[in-house]
Amino acid sequence: MNPLLDVRGVSRYFGGLAAVSNVSLQIGVGELVGLIGPNGAGKTTVFNLLTGVYAPTKGEIVFGGKSISGQRPFQVARRGIARTFQNIRLFKALSVLQNVQVAAALRARQSFASAVFQTPGQIRDDRRIRAECTSLLDRLDLMSHADSRADALPYGVQRRLEIARALATHPRLLLLAEPAAGMNPNEKSDLMQLIQRLQAEFELTVLLIEHDMRVVMGICERIYVLDYGEVIAEGTAQAIATDPKVIAAYLGTEDESSAGVSPATEAESSAGVSPATEDA
Amino acid sequence: MAAASNGATAAPGSGAAALLWFIGRVVVVCVIGAALAGASILLTENLETYYFLVLIQCGIAAVLAVSLNLINGITGQFSIGHAGFYAVGAYVGTAWTMLWRPMLAKSAPFLEIGTLAGDALNLVIAMLLGSIAAAVTGVVVGTPSLRLRGDYLAILTLGFGEVIRVVLLNIDAVGGARGLAGIPTLVSTGGLAAFWVFSLLIAVALLTRNLMRSTRGLTWLAVREDEIASDAMGVDTTKVKVTAFVVGSASAGAAGVLYAHFFTGISPDIFGMDVSILITTMVVLAGTGSVTGAIIAGFALTALPEALRFLKDFKEYRMVFFSTALILMMLTRPQGILGHAELGFGSFARLWGRIRRRTRSAAA
Repeated sequence: MNPLLDVRGVSRYFGGLAAVSNVSLQIGVGELVGLIGPNGAGKTTVFNLLTGVYAPTKGEIVFGGKSISGQRPFQVARRGIARTFQNIRLFKALSVLQNVQVAAALRARQSFASAVFQTPGQIRDDRRIRAECTSLLDRLDLMSHADSRADALPYGVQRRLEIARALATHPRLLLLAEPAAGMNPNEKSDLMQLIQRLQAEFELTVLLIEHDMRVVMGICERIYVLDYGEVIAEGTAQAIATDPKVIAAYLGTEDESSAGVSPATEAESSAGVSPATEDA
Repeated sequence: MAAASNGATAAPGSGAAALLWFIGRVVVVCVIGAALAGASILLTENLETYYFLVLIQCGIAAVLAVSLNLINGITGQFSIGHAGFYAVGAYVGTAWTMLWRPMLAKSAPFLEIGTLAGDALNLVIAMLLGSIAAAVTGVVVGTPSLRLRGDYLAILTLGFGEVIRVVLLNIDAVGGARGLAGIPTLVSTGGLAAFWVFSLLIAVALLTRNLMRSTRGLTWLAVREDEIASDAMGVDTTKVKVTAFVVGSASAGAAGVLYAHFFTGISPDIFGMDVSILITTMVVLAGTGSVTGAIIAGFALTALPEALRFLKDFKEYRMVFFSTALILMMLTRPQGILGHAELGFGSFARLWGRIRRRTRSAAA
């Protein structure tokens, strides 16, 4: 079976610097995959390549059997890839419902003319979109905030709204950029449950960038590890946690032999990992 | 099966509904038009000429403010060369009336002016041509400006406004620095001046309000709020920005045609940088994005300098008072007159409810 997302040897240079070099990723339908790596490893650049913010210098990105390299972000979004932003980028002055409505607009059957003349079809279409968005807010527990301004929401709720907004585009692939950043342990547990629930309910494929090892190890079926713009490891949480290359990337390699002694415990304690089973 | 029968009954139903909707709209437009025309004739007969002139100027200023609001306030593209589009409309509309129409009228007698119908027809044609020309200019300015944001876009549009003015200054066919005088006053025929100006204002304001009610319109606000995020959510930001420029400048062009055919004379200095700045001030003062706010600001900023004329002994300080008023406004209400809010029947109803509650609690 073909993977939903097939990144084939993609590189991106900024001047002489290779932010990402020769990265290949395959994500199958319905998978929940993590993308981790130390600071500056190129995770965000990979996201920006996948969403069309940057075009790859080399290589190709194939989504759902079609190449999307070089497409503009809004075209990529219309193809079915939605994202959230690491540093929340909501439409601040708009209400929660309006934020979601903007994202649902790519499925709107209306034009500038129909909007201006408020034709019956237009009114019906707006009503349909609003109903759709309301039920989406309901499923994400945001209904009580529907009419508040987005920037008036508490931080955790803003993160949830970012996810709701991305889901409103009806994506096949959801890219989550550090969804747990700045959250307390309780909020993180809630988030993990939310992501797993959404993945099941919306039949989503999810790619997750995250620094918090507890979250990544807890919910990702498979993990890619980036370092210096290259994929250095790929596998299940257990395999990744014991991979000497990964440990070296996170801890440095002042002593090769010591890394081999008890890699699993070292990686876990250093990265703040508690065994995933505790939260599930 | 149920769905199929539903579809079968829905199809003719929606067709009839569409027809009903269309007839309803036409009736509403006719009623409003007739009321406006009546009011216009009454105003022309009963209002002192000076006040009437101020009223017309207020109306035209409000159209300019509402149309720039579409670009600046709603889509968030800080454009400050609106007088350029206004000028293009005025000159192209006048070119129709004074240059092209007389040539065509030789073979098409219905284009003659002097009768109510002939004047109205020619004014509509002039407005169409003026808007189209301004819209084309809007595309020309809007497209390269997509690469620019904030201050840089402001500088580009400001420069554009000046370019238009200087070009007009140097075209002898349109009178150069003297401009064009003796334009037939198509607007005032039959006392309909206020009708034309306020029809245009209502049309532009309603168009904007309807757009803002739709999902499509929300994507315009999203572009203002966060361009990168709207792009990522599937909004074609380029299309939104160019459409805003086209619609905004077309409306300004139509306002220019009305100006030219009401005041019967135009010259490049009427469309200078000060006018652009004044329109921008109106939008900022309105509270960026508020349509009713833009109308109020358009009226206020046009009427205020006139109202300050009573300072006969301090004539030279008139504009000082004007700017002081503006500065006080910015200090006390930085979000603008209405902020993001709109004034409508709903807000009057809320105000009324609040007053009643207060009087009731005072009585108790």
